[in-house]
Amino acid sequence: MSSVAPVDLPIPAAGNKGAIEVADEGTTKTGRVKKRLTSRGATIAALIIAVLWTTPTFGLFISSFRPAADIQSSGWWTWFANPSFTLENYQEVLLSTSQSSPQLGAYFANSLFIAVPATLFPLVLASMAAYAFAWIKFKGSGGIFILVFALQIVPLQMALIPLLQMFSAVLRPGQEWLHDVIPFIPTQNYLPIWIAHTIFALPLAIFLLHNFISEIPGEVIEAARVDGASHTQVFFRIVLPLALPALASFAIFQFLWVWNDLLVALIFSGGTQDAAPLTQRLAELTGSRGQEWQRLTASAFVSLIVPLIVFFSLQRYFVRGLLAGSTKG
Amino acid sequence: MTTADLIGKIIQVLGGVAIFAAVVGLILFLVDRAPKRSRDFIQLAAFVAPALVLLVGGLIYPALRTTLLAFFNRTGDWVGLDNFIWAFTQPDALRTLLNTVIWVVLVPLLSTAFGLAYAVFIDKSRGEKFFKALVFMPMAISFVGAGIIWRFVYDFKSQGRDQIGLLNAIVVGFGGDPVQWVQVSPLNTFLLIVVMVWIQTGFAMVILSAAIKGIPTEQIEAAQLDGTNAWQRFTNVTVPGIRSSLVVVITTISIATLKVFDIVRTMTAGNFDTSVVANEMYTQAFRANEPGRGAALAVILFVMVLPIVIYNVRVLRKQKEIR
Repeated sequence: MSSVAPVDLPIPAAGNKGAIEVADEGTTKTGRVKKRLTSRGATIAALIIAVLWTTPTFGLFISSFRPAADIQSSGWWTWFANPSFTLENYQEVLLSTSQSSPQLGAYFANSLFIAVPATLFPLVLASMAAYAFAWIKFKGSGGIFILVFALQIVPLQMALIPLLQMFSAVLRPGQEWLHDVIPFIPTQNYLPIWIAHTIFALPLAIFLLHNFISEIPGEVIEAARVDGASHTQVFFRIVLPLALPALASFAIFQFLWVWNDLLVALIFSGGTQDAAPLTQRLAELTGSRGQEWQRLTASAFVSLIVPLIVFFSLQRYFVRGLLAGSTKG
Repeated sequence: MTTADLIGKIIQVLGGVAIFAAVVGLILFLVDRAPKRSRDFIQLAAFVAPALVLLVGGLIYPALRTTLLAFFNRTGDWVGLDNFIWAFTQPDALRTLLNTVIWVVLVPLLSTAFGLAYAVFIDKSRGEKFFKALVFMPMAISFVGAGIIWRFVYDFKSQGRDQIGLLNAIVVGFGGDPVQWVQVSPLNTFLLIVVMVWIQTGFAMVILSAAIKGIPTEQIEAAQLDGTNAWQRFTNVTVPGIRSSLVVVITTISIATLKVFDIVRTMTAGNFDTSVVANEMYTQAFRANEPGRGAALAVILFVMVLPIVIYNVRVLRKQKEIR
């Protein structure tokens, strides 16, 4: 949102709560009744929306534990009448080595190995740049910062074609050389996709971290500088620790963005087990085996499990990161 | 995946991170030992340079090149505006543009409406947090995952067999014939839009809910003392109070919708008249080997995003002035 919305979003503070509860009216009897009636209708409407929103995911979840024959012959809702349970689908998609099975293990590893560095790299580079923009005064810094800010609105589609051309001209020989030196590392390695994700993350990351880092009280940094601390020391000892909440929010947002990404992966991963992430494998499966629901349901949940864990365990940071970065891409 | 593969991958990650750390560490180490005279400039350059080099080389230059590429055909000959003429005259390409317009009108409207309704209904009710999480959850999962979830809902089995897709089961349950939902144009575009609305409603709900809680209690109490009913309070106090958040939500979802790619790719791959600009851009540039057309579509996408951003900035600036 940052790109389009330099506005402070009101995040409900804990201190507000009491005030809101006071607002619950109902001083007169009729008022109380009316209030209860409207809120009952509203609650029912909300409940219906909640059920509607959860059912599709729930159906897929139930199905992933049903035997293949059951999935194909009856709807998942009949499971409540005759429950059946199997882990076979998960076993098949994760562990089976047969050519026809999804073999998700390798892709799961790829997703993880892509997402972690692709979160770390932009985080470090952006926090360095943000510190320089915020605290090292120089001519033209304002102009460059506005340019970086404006880059957020460029859809990444605008960069894909030339970037792929550049990668195959410049990176490809390096990758082949590396494969010759260390045969363990396939020619199609993670490097292009790491670099692409890092580039696309930078405008938003610099902007967000700059907002936060420039709020650090100037006296703190001045004092350290007067005491003879270098910029590097200030950066590591003062700025990074103080900016931790912003770093965490961005890291979570970026991790999920990369984990859930399909477009960048399709173009830069090469599409094989060597470097392709889960999303790409899933998209491939829906294309080639769109009716094998026992595999699709289980595969989908393998890919959903990490975002869901992040979502439910780090919801507060997740929301913050999401609010901050929702227009990325 | 063999163990050797896994080891190779782990070496890659560790090696990559180690090299990255070494390079950054070296830069910072050298900066502190820079000659005193121009130290400030060198330090600054060292902090900003890595990011700027990547942005200039990986975003600005490619974006300019894409713009240029839009005027060439696949063999590299200058064709002037041919690629754009193609995009605005070919029946298939026109369908793509029309679909994109339908998407960008419906998704922000419906998501915001549902999100706002839900935020108002659930406000201050018991279990608010839990119910919000349910609707917000689709936001955490990938568009590809969402595509599979909804493909399952829209699944079709030929007549007479048990339907395993929820939608067809309901239709058959009411005595209708099963429909191949994703193949029937133009209905399928709307069914794909449902998926995006399903995802974005949570986003709208969370932001609007936060905004609603930010409205001063006194205003609502005053309206109550004046004897207004719930609907009047909603239209006259709540909506004006959250106007800036509404603008943010609508424009944000509009931009996300313009760039929608994964849902279309996963559910129909752009077949059956469902393609949108972002999907067509990918197909033309990376599947059909027509980089010129792909580039033209990317430029069109960029031009479509611009007015939304400008409108947003303008509204927010005006509001800041009023304050």
